[in-house]
Amino acid sequence: MAAVEETLQQIRSVTNERYKYGFVTDIEQETAPKGLDESTIAFISAKKEEPAWLLDWRLKAFRRWQEMPEPNWAKVSFPPIDYQDAYYYAAPKQKVAPNSLDEVDPELLRTYEKLGIPLDEQKVLAGVVAVDAVFDSVSVATTFKAKLAEAGVIFCSISEAVREHPDLVRKYLGSVVPTSDNYFAALNSAVFTDGSFVYVPPGVRCPMELSTYFRINAQNTGQFERTLIIADAGSYVSYLEGCTAPQRDENQLHAAVVELVALDDAEIKYSTVQNWYPGDENGVGGIYNFVTKRAACRGRNSKVSWTQVETGSAITWKYPSCILQGENSVGEFYSVAITNNRQQADTGTKMIHIGRNTRSRIISKGISAGRSDNTYRGLVRMLPGADNARNFTQCDSLLIGDQCGAHTVPYIESRTPTGQVEHEATTSKVSEDQLFYCRQRGIDEEEALALIVNGFCREVLQVLPMEFAVEAQKLVGISLEGSVG
Amino acid sequence: MATNATMTVEEPAAIAAGRAAFRADGPGGAAAARLRQQGLDRFTALGLPTRRTEAWRYTDLRDVARTAWTLAPAAVDPAQAAPWLADTDADRRLVLVNGRFRPDLSTPDLPGVTATPLDGLLADGDGAAAAVLDEALTSGERPFLALNTAFLDGGLVVRLAPGATVGRLEIVCLTLPGGDAPAMSHPRLIIEAGDGADATLVERHVGPAGPILTTPVLQITVGAGARLGHYKLQREGGETSHLATVLVQVARDAVYDGFMLSTGGAVARTEVAAVLTGRGGECRLSGTYLGRGRQVLDTTTVVRHAVPDCRSRQVIKGVLDDQARGVFQGRIEVARDAQRTDGYQMNRALLLSPQAEIDSKPELEIFADDVKCSHGATAGELDAEALFYLRSRGLDAERARALLIEAFVVEVLDEIADDAVRQHFTEIVTDWLAADRADHGATAERGAA
Amino acid sequence: MLEIEDLRAEIDGKEILKGVSLSIGPGETHAIMGPNGSGKSTLSYVIAGRDGYEITGGSIRFLGEDLAEMEPEERARAGLFLAFQYPLEIPGVTTTTFLRTALNAHRKARGEDELDPMGFIKLVRAKTRALGIADDMLKRPVNVGFSGGEKKRNEVLQMALLEPRLAVLDETDSGLDIDALKVVADGVNALRDPQRSTLVITHYQRLLGYIVPDHVHILAGGRIVRSGGAELAEELEARGYAGVVPEAA
Repeated sequence: MAAVEETLQQIRSVTNERYKYGFVTDIEQETAPKGLDESTIAFISAKKEEPAWLLDWRLKAFRRWQEMPEPNWAKVSFPPIDYQDAYYYAAPKQKVAPNSLDEVDPELLRTYEKLGIPLDEQKVLAGVVAVDAVFDSVSVATTFKAKLAEAGVIFCSISEAVREHPDLVRKYLGSVVPTSDNYFAALNSAVFTDGSFVYVPPGVRCPMELSTYFRINAQNTGQFERTLIIADAGSYVSYLEGCTAPQRDENQLHAAVVELVALDDAEIKYSTVQNWYPGDENGVGGIYNFVTKRAACRGRNSKVSWTQVETGSAITWKYPSCILQGENSVGEFYSVAITNNRQQADTGTKMIHIGRNTRSRIISKGISAGRSDNTYRGLVRMLPGADNARNFTQCDSLLIGDQCGAHTVPYIESRTPTGQVEHEATTSKVSEDQLFYCRQRGIDEEEALALIVNGFCREVLQVLPMEFAVEAQKLVGISLEGSVG
Repeated sequence: MATNATMTVEEPAAIAAGRAAFRADGPGGAAAARLRQQGLDRFTALGLPTRRTEAWRYTDLRDVARTAWTLAPAAVDPAQAAPWLADTDADRRLVLVNGRFRPDLSTPDLPGVTATPLDGLLADGDGAAAAVLDEALTSGERPFLALNTAFLDGGLVVRLAPGATVGRLEIVCLTLPGGDAPAMSHPRLIIEAGDGADATLVERHVGPAGPILTTPVLQITVGAGARLGHYKLQREGGETSHLATVLVQVARDAVYDGFMLSTGGAVARTEVAAVLTGRGGECRLSGTYLGRGRQVLDTTTVVRHAVPDCRSRQVIKGVLDDQARGVFQGRIEVARDAQRTDGYQMNRALLLSPQAEIDSKPELEIFADDVKCSHGATAGELDAEALFYLRSRGLDAERARALLIEAFVVEVLDEIADDAVRQHFTEIVTDWLAADRADHGATAERGAA
Repeated sequence: MLEIEDLRAEIDGKEILKGVSLSIGPGETHAIMGPNGSGKSTLSYVIAGRDGYEITGGSIRFLGEDLAEMEPEERARAGLFLAFQYPLEIPGVTTTTFLRTALNAHRKARGEDELDPMGFIKLVRAKTRALGIADDMLKRPVNVGFSGGEKKRNEVLQMALLEPRLAVLDETDSGLDIDALKVVADGVNALRDPQRSTLVITHYQRLLGYIVPDHVHILAGGRIVRSGGAELAEELEARGYAGVVPEAA
């Protein structure tokens, strides 16, 4: 039997016990009544003690959403979603809002420990990463707030930002992803419950990495978080995002919106390791990950870099994009997407070149295994006036086994003669010979496969922040061992 | 949606005109009548594509939709057609005028070639011919193939005898309107290269300057071990909408060598769907488009590897000046079991003016793991360094630019295997570039003044 | 060390080895020579356990174990090393990572602790210095963009690091210039000791000038047709395969 085939069989024989984040936290919670109408939105807004303008904004989004058709152009298929058969708000019950970590429910702290995200500042190496922990619909804790405040950096939950920094929120919320942008963005605008808010003032280099850790726990609950990051002139911030969810047999919807704004000379580095529960080997359960992420490079010389490692979710529909408006602004997209079993991923980016001398770089590595489908879908558009704009795109696909699919769908639109667009794509497989070579050196099949796939992804993994890179490398191995094979 | 239900959607003029011009009772007997009706039904069901239709997102057909088209006349005086045939080889040609085969303008008794009017075959109850047309109609969402079928009343079937070495054969499609009214013609060709045949086909599309809609459909089968060179030349008038469909099937160990040169028309689209159906087959599908003014030149291709061990190769290059727009949509599909596929695709475009536009969508759709597939696309202007290099060797800027543009396009003509055809196409390309340069120079002077 | 008895093997149903017998003792260096198509590479792949090479008769025992029962990585961890004629490229995986993964797999199998990156770098630097290999090779992806000579040096470096009991060199001399050949030979010779054995598979006598064998065997038509001492290689060089083993020609 061929070595690849053997590897695949071995991998198949391992069940998805490897999804080690599949546990459920038993905690008393408070939910909105099931279903979605204007009263649900009023409920959420009231729960969060929001100002009238925000409720109004939500309701407009909701009315718009009701008129929109669900998009069907992505290469993914799933049974119709019953939007009335879900909860839109679920929060751990607590009597008073915690003022410090000491007041946070210990069960929640234990949950994050178990996920490898200690929220106790004492236990974290001083000044490494500040964390906003979002549990179902609410932010339960944000660490290192005081230390960040010294530098002038605002890092808090978006609910808190609405209360404490209304001018900033009002100015930027929906300015990158308008409420009517797309079906899932409209839904999110109507019902978003929490998420992170970051503001880095002019000239400040954020003293530590910021991170949000999203956890879906409750059953039948959608998660609709909203993240807004503003890097004011000359500032820099690196932001990390991680996600996990319990192993459940029904699908759960996660429809987030992330908006980034970079002003003159500012830089935002946004890294994601997405490990939502992917469903089992027969495609039962798993998260529907329908996310809108977009950055506006508004200032001259601004830069936004998206890096994503997508290994989880039953379905991923996600296109982190950059609007390159400022002269000399730079957009980057580095992506590893691994699909296994019955997973479906349709992911990529949009780079819209508006300003002069804008540059973009897209590196996408898709790995398909099992019976999965993996699609890169990307748009590079150069508008008139984007003189001397440059784009380089490299899309590589790797297939493991003969029951999966790999697809590349780039859209390239150029209306500026001095602009240059370069797109390359390749498709390949892990060769028998490579596997044999590794095995002859004493490396077993699964490890050899992980090694080769990690090598394939290297260009992307090496741009991740160090702590994330190690985790991501392991995840590459695990998702292929455990779920694929 | 509820809000849409109350809106009245006006039928595009083109569809209304199509229905008005339609007559089920044409030549070809009952089989043709049935096909025409089915074609019309299909066309009405599909409607005219808009830019919201994914396959047509870059090509705007509003002008076509707004126009009330009438059928170009069935009978055309040979003397009227003659000037349009001056460029062709009278000893090796088959001519269709307004979609009808014209034996009087064609070369009789070419060795290895059987040319039969399609309507004649249908009238004689040739089930095979009808089946070929049926298959095309149901093969995909192609409104202009449906429209072509709705107006089926001439057409030509060309059979190349198994094992025959046919050499060069020209097929000329000419549209001549009867008057000044917008006229449409719907040429239909079935080309069957028998097993082991070897032929080189030059397909020419020519016509006058007035408003014309033409929807040529070619269905080509390349038999086992056969080789077919198929070189298309589209040089129609400036108000022509050329919306062509080419369906190709390549059998075991066969070679289909396709090339398209497109310079004419207001909107010109050739949609090629090629399927490799036998092991060891090879499909080459290359071309170049040269656009100026407000031309829209669209090349849309799908190469499907349905079986293992086939190769495909595509190199497409375009040059766009003024407000011209180039569109390239190319997809390589590799079916579940089509192992050891080797697929390559490259699309490059050169924009010569700030108002020109290129839209490119090269796709890979792969369901087999042991494959070697790649595609690439570039868009931009001339390499500044190369330009500088030539100028540093004493060439003036205009000359250096001309040289580089020519080098860019001429390179793709190397994809054409047939020497004579390549030379002919090269002349057309260099003439086009010279004419564009002349205009461009004039523009530059105007700009300076 | 290695006991091959009446070994028969086929690929795609075609019999390539038609009864090969060979015995290599500890500390011995053997050479197998043979014309193209004699089954030399097949023998090395059968020993290493490559897929598609089916043993249809006879046996191979390595340190007393039946190799046919073992996976390729188990054979490797037991001390069997194959220097490939055409070493594979592994894009994106640095040579350092590859070497460390391989070495740690061996260590784990022996019940030893895995080496951390720092400890490993010290060890591998010592090896590259001893072999006269530039450290820059360690940072590059495995064999990607390597010249033929560099690939073979990399094989020798891996061998030096994994310290196998039996090294099988499959046409290691092919495509090497004289300098690279010496590096390879020095690497192999440095490992020679009474507990280690070497099997050199080659078409030409050239390499055997640097790695002097104790025994030389001529493989032709899937069988060993003649065995002798180092002088047999010289005889071959002088008279050619046709002169020495007419049935091979």
